[in-house]
Amino acid sequence: RWRLFSDLLYKHNFSEIIQRASKIFVSHSQITRLYSRFHSLDKGENGALSREDFQRIPELAINPLGDRIINAFFPEGEDQVNFRGFMRTLAHFRPVEDNEKNKDPSAGEPLNSRNNKLLFAFRLYDLDRDDKISRDELLQVLRMMVGVNISDEQLGSIADRTIQEADTNGDMCISFSEFIKVLEKVDVEQKMSIRFLH
Amino acid sequence: MGGFWAAVVPVLQMFFLSLLLLIMLPAMFGFSLGITETYMKILIKTLKWATLRIQKSSKEEETLKHSSSNGLIQRDDSSLEKEIGERRGNRRGDFALSDVFYFSKKGIESIVEDEVTQRFSSEELVSWNLLTRTNNNFHYISLRLTILWGVGVIVRYGILLPLRIFYDIILSYCWMNPQLACCNDGVDALHCRLKDWLSELVHVMCYRICARGLSATIHYHNRENKPKKGGICVANHTSPIDVVILANDGGYAMVGQVHGGLMGVVQRAMVRACPHIWFERAEMKDRHLVTQRLRDHVNDKKKLPILIFPEGTCINNTSVMMFKKGSFEIGGTIYPVAIKYDPQFGDAFWNSAKYNMVSYLLRMMTSWAIVCNVWYLPPMTQKEGEDAVQFANRVKSAIAQQGGLVDLSWDGGLKRAKVKDTFKQEQQKKYSCMVVGDDSSE
Repeated sequence: RWRLFSDLLYKHNFSEIIQRASKIFVSHSQITRLYSRFHSLDKGENGALSREDFQRIPELAINPLGDRIINAFFPEGEDQVNFRGFMRTLAHFRPVEDNEKNKDPSAGEPLNSRNNKLLFAFRLYDLDRDDKISRDELLQVLRMMVGVNISDEQLGSIADRTIQEADTNGDMCISFSEFIKVLEKVDVEQKMSIRFLH
Repeated sequence: MGGFWAAVVPVLQMFFLSLLLLIMLPAMFGFSLGITETYMKILIKTLKWATLRIQKSSKEEETLKHSSSNGLIQRDDSSLEKEIGERRGNRRGDFALSDVFYFSKKGIESIVEDEVTQRFSSEELVSWNLLTRTNNNFHYISLRLTILWGVGVIVRYGILLPLRIFYDIILSYCWMNPQLACCNDGVDALHCRLKDWLSELVHVMCYRICARGLSATIHYHNRENKPKKGGICVANHTSPIDVVILANDGGYAMVGQVHGGLMGVVQRAMVRACPHIWFERAEMKDRHLVTQRLRDHVNDKKKLPILIFPEGTCINNTSVMMFKKGSFEIGGTIYPVAIKYDPQFGDAFWNSAKYNMVSYLLRMMTSWAIVCNVWYLPPMTQKEGEDAVQFANRVKSAIAQQGGLVDLSWDGGLKRAKVKDTFKQEQQKKYSCMVVGDDSSE
């Protein structure tokens, strides 16, 4: 009956988790469902997910940016993510309308604000976290998305053109504020949001 | 103390023996005395009551996951072309920094909920059916419910389990003996037909006892479409019990790999009485050999229909996954069959990663019952100009539609193996076309 016991352990921590989690996700049922999901992905049953656990999802494994997205869950230098970290990352994708229900002035900028959604996308490019997208970093992401179908030269010129259009201070890199400026007309809220059904 | 046991044991023996006879004998001859039916009625009433209690109590908290099959998130099936295409507008081809949005959204959606991994674990129930194993969010609801659960545990482990184990002992005894009798080398060649008929009868009888042993209630629909000799029967696969369920209604020739252990013993016993087709693991790799043997069997019109599960692995009975084309290349009439279990009474799915055969059987024997519907679909043959893959997909959709299952084209082999890189490469190719602005290439 070891499984039953460890399940009960999970559940004991569960109510604490819910308390803290309700600052991130508002709805109790959403938290419960996400917890079930976390638990089902956690094959090692040690309360944390590793990169392999994510890679087991076929739809994610065939996503060209799959590895970068998985990376977004893991803080610097770590290779385990617990439920709190899991939720924090997913919270970036909550629809912006949800914030209407949770007006807490002391909470600071919510994770799913437009700015934070853009920051999530920025970090997909900016692997070394130096707050700049360099030409190499841009090329890396481009290469992940197009595979083998475009030559190095062509990809290089696409990267150069993109940087030229975005770069305003002439440092041949895209900073976060330049990034925001380029995308100011894009409906970020819709493109980077996931609607929960309950 | 000794006196107590001396008195109790014979009573217990009488009780079990009489129950055994009352249920087993009718089972052998295919009619029922109504004991199982009464049991099922009581069970249904109890479960309904339990559901109401749970719903009443959960109205105080937020609403329960009232429909887990609806999915957690809303997934729009926007394709790559639509999402990225619409921002291109008039420009012929381009890259924009916002292109990552599409992939990251799809990626996060799949992390929250994906179509594939959920198929390899048991289905979540809409309401608890008083078994510990299905209780994911245990919280104490009421004293009465807990008592009921306790009674359930006693009934299942104390009465149903021993009864079913008894069955299995008797069953294996019954089965082995006629096997030996039928394959006696001394039997005259003239009595060949008699031997076939007899062995078929014995098989069906044994499967019936098996089914009664699990309190299986099977509803067969459209029996006029039942698979005939020389055909191939194709069904969705949820557990080894599928074989019992189908064989209750007629004889089939099994196909499969030779297993070790308990299954191996059973396989060897079966093949001596009936022409089943077992392959060695090495032989399975040789597709031509396999196809040829199956073809030979099918062409012999006197042989029983072959039973094949083209998914290749057990799926949790909420969906039908990719059918492997091998069975559809043999040529011959395909008789599709859809099997749908009712998860309320017991979860029939065999999660082979979690449970081995013995623990699976124990779980089966301690569930309430196995209730399932079997639909025989009209026979299908390959059309002109249709290749094996298209034919397989057509049969798969028919089965999915009949059984109310989700039709997926993902491979069931993803349970164990990694997904092939070709899918990622397809996406990359599509995206490259958009970036380059080349509308003519595919």
